Amino acid sequence: MMNRNKNFGRNLLTFAVVIAAYAILQPMVLAGSVSATLKGMLVPICAYVAMALSLNLTVGVLGELSLGHAGFMSVGAFAGATTAIALQQAVASAPLRLAIALAVAAVFAALVGFLIGIPVLRLNGDYLAIVTLAFGEIIKSIFNNLYLGLDDRGFHVSLLEDRTGLAEEGRMIIAGPMGIGNIPKIASFTGGFILILLCLAVIFNLVNSRQGRAVMAIRDNRIAAESVGIPVTKYKMMAFVISAAMAGAAGALFSLNYSTVVANKFDFNTSILILVFVVFGGLGNMLGSVIAAAALTILPEALRSFSNYRMLIYAIVLILVMLATNNPTLKMLIGRTIPKRKGAAESA
Amino acid sequence: MPKEFKRGKLAPLPSNVLIPERDLDKSPILECRRLGIDFGGLRAVDDLDLTIGRTEIAGLIGPNGAGKTTVFNLLTKVYNPTRGSILLDGTDTAGKTTVQVNRMGIARTFQNIRLFHNQSVLDNVLIGLHNSMTCSLASSILRLPSYWKNEKIARERAMEYLSLFGLESHANELAGSLPYGAQRRLEIARALATNPSLLLLDEPAAGMNPSETAELMENIVRIRDTFQIAVLLIEHDMNLVMGICEGICVLNFGKVIAKGSPEQIRENPAVIEAYLGRKGVAEA
Ligand SMILES: Nc1ncnc2c1ncn2[C@@H]1O[C@H](COP(=O)(O)OP(=O)(O)O)[C@@H](O)[C@H]1O
Ligand SMILES: [Mg+2]
Repeated sequence: MMNRNKNFGRNLLTFAVVIAAYAILQPMVLAGSVSATLKGMLVPICAYVAMALSLNLTVGVLGELSLGHAGFMSVGAFAGATTAIALQQAVASAPLRLAIALAVAAVFAALVGFLIGIPVLRLNGDYLAIVTLAFGEIIKSIFNNLYLGLDDRGFHVSLLEDRTGLAEEGRMIIAGPMGIGNIPKIASFTGGFILILLCLAVIFNLVNSRQGRAVMAIRDNRIAAESVGIPVTKYKMMAFVISAAMAGAAGALFSLNYSTVVANKFDFNTSILILVFVVFGGLGNMLGSVIAAAALTILPEALRSFSNYRMLIYAIVLILVMLATNNPTLKMLIGRTIPKRKGAAESA
Repeated sequence: MPKEFKRGKLAPLPSNVLIPERDLDKSPILECRRLGIDFGGLRAVDDLDLTIGRTEIAGLIGPNGAGKTTVFNLLTKVYNPTRGSILLDGTDTAGKTTVQVNRMGIARTFQNIRLFHNQSVLDNVLIGLHNSMTCSLASSILRLPSYWKNEKIARERAMEYLSLFGLESHANELAGSLPYGAQRRLEIARALATNPSLLLLDEPAAGMNPSETAELMENIVRIRDTFQIAVLLIEHDMNLVMGICEGICVLNFGKVIAKGSPEQIRENPAVIEAYLGRKGVAEA
């Protein structure tokens, strides 16, 4: 009993749901009994689930509202696709190339997360939200103006216009607003499934550790956390960078499912979409994030005629989030309705 | 019949400040010199000299708004002093942060309780043990053997701290769901878990009934005896203050108006005038 976490049961349930979904869907995919639409959506669903888990780490566990999470997804998408293209000859095995691309994407996004974190994590509440929003837009602008080519002399980079001076046989990888084309579509449902399991394992293990408790202590009462010797910036940064790395891997998975990827795909709307998943699923509730991300990705396809209302729903949810983060009564209300990750009843 | 506690006699250091006789051969744990802070035009604390012996239980008393909590905030670097210096175990804390000062040995509780309400009672103490745990982020996430070892030891120690305050049966409850008195005790347990050499308690008996207060007094004395630490407490309950404090410092409008043993403070006309009043004297 001593070594079991108090939310052991819920964590197990979360894994069980994800594994069950894979165990049911994968044989159907192999047997060809899923519709083409659903089959095409499996990888994006996995990517959005991983994004939701990543953002839930920032919003639910760390307690900071990030409105630019698509920025990290974007960094991962471009880094991952570039890696996959560059390794096309060197690494023959597609699953291995996918794994390497996701890892490289995670590292790049983590690095960007660290750099952004330095100024951003000094801010609190609404200020942090606004700056992350700006960050998302800046990343978008950068990729819209980035040219990256590869030839036998190596990588060539330029900004604003194509001055890469590639050799004849060289290959343009990122072409400014045209993004990346001819991407090898190596993302797979199995790859996405493994990524989700990894994200869940990292989050659950983090939450039930010395480091995770420090992060949540800062979220719950910063002054008390400092009074017991917890360095606030260090642990905020730790959670933020881990969250960015996950978003990067999710972005790479996403981009490697399509033949082209453009920066405009990862805009403010995408950031808000993911925030909607997290809020619907419940702050700090990982199972909720998994279900909300999957359901809300399928739903607009299933109910195409309703998709016009999506933006309206986002707006309402966003306003509610803003109110909830500022209003103690509403916060309490939401805290009561959303299943708490620390429910007393869950003691294992 | 209220329990009698053994209180050390005060004796002067070479500098003439008074600390318990048994601590004379050890350097004081805390020395504040001419400490002061201004909030705009308000001199919230001014010219505070305070020396506390290695194993002393000291009291900081005075009317509401006198600047007592502000002294705690200065000692823990929530505020930076406008004037003066703080020596903790002989080391100047100038330029140090709250976190660093905690690692140097000051732990505190808060007048308005600051627990991690949505976390379990056990987790609150585990958070207090943060700096005595050593496992790295990698070993936590990969669940390496060092994680399990660290976690096991920390949990056992956390349970020991909880049992000091009779909270072990509540370990898995949410901290916010505890009754008020138990929350105050949990806050002390959490502070103690950071392994301090000076424990600051801000109105620890506030909201407690007489029997809880009596138990608290025993606990404070027992903690001091067990861990051989110093305690500085702010309290309005004069039975508690006069019952267990060895040295007492009285603040009024940010200035020290009296210092000495409970017997001296009780009879000090300035203290009676500003704080205790006639009734207070009769009670104490
Ligand atoms: N951060 C602050 N800014 C301005 N004034 C403050 C601040 N903190 C405390 N004060 C003022 O300093 C005085 C002392 O407050 P405090 O230390 O809380 O008193 P006590 O704990 O003795 O009741 C009060 O007048 C209070 O209003
Ligand atoms: Mg006070």
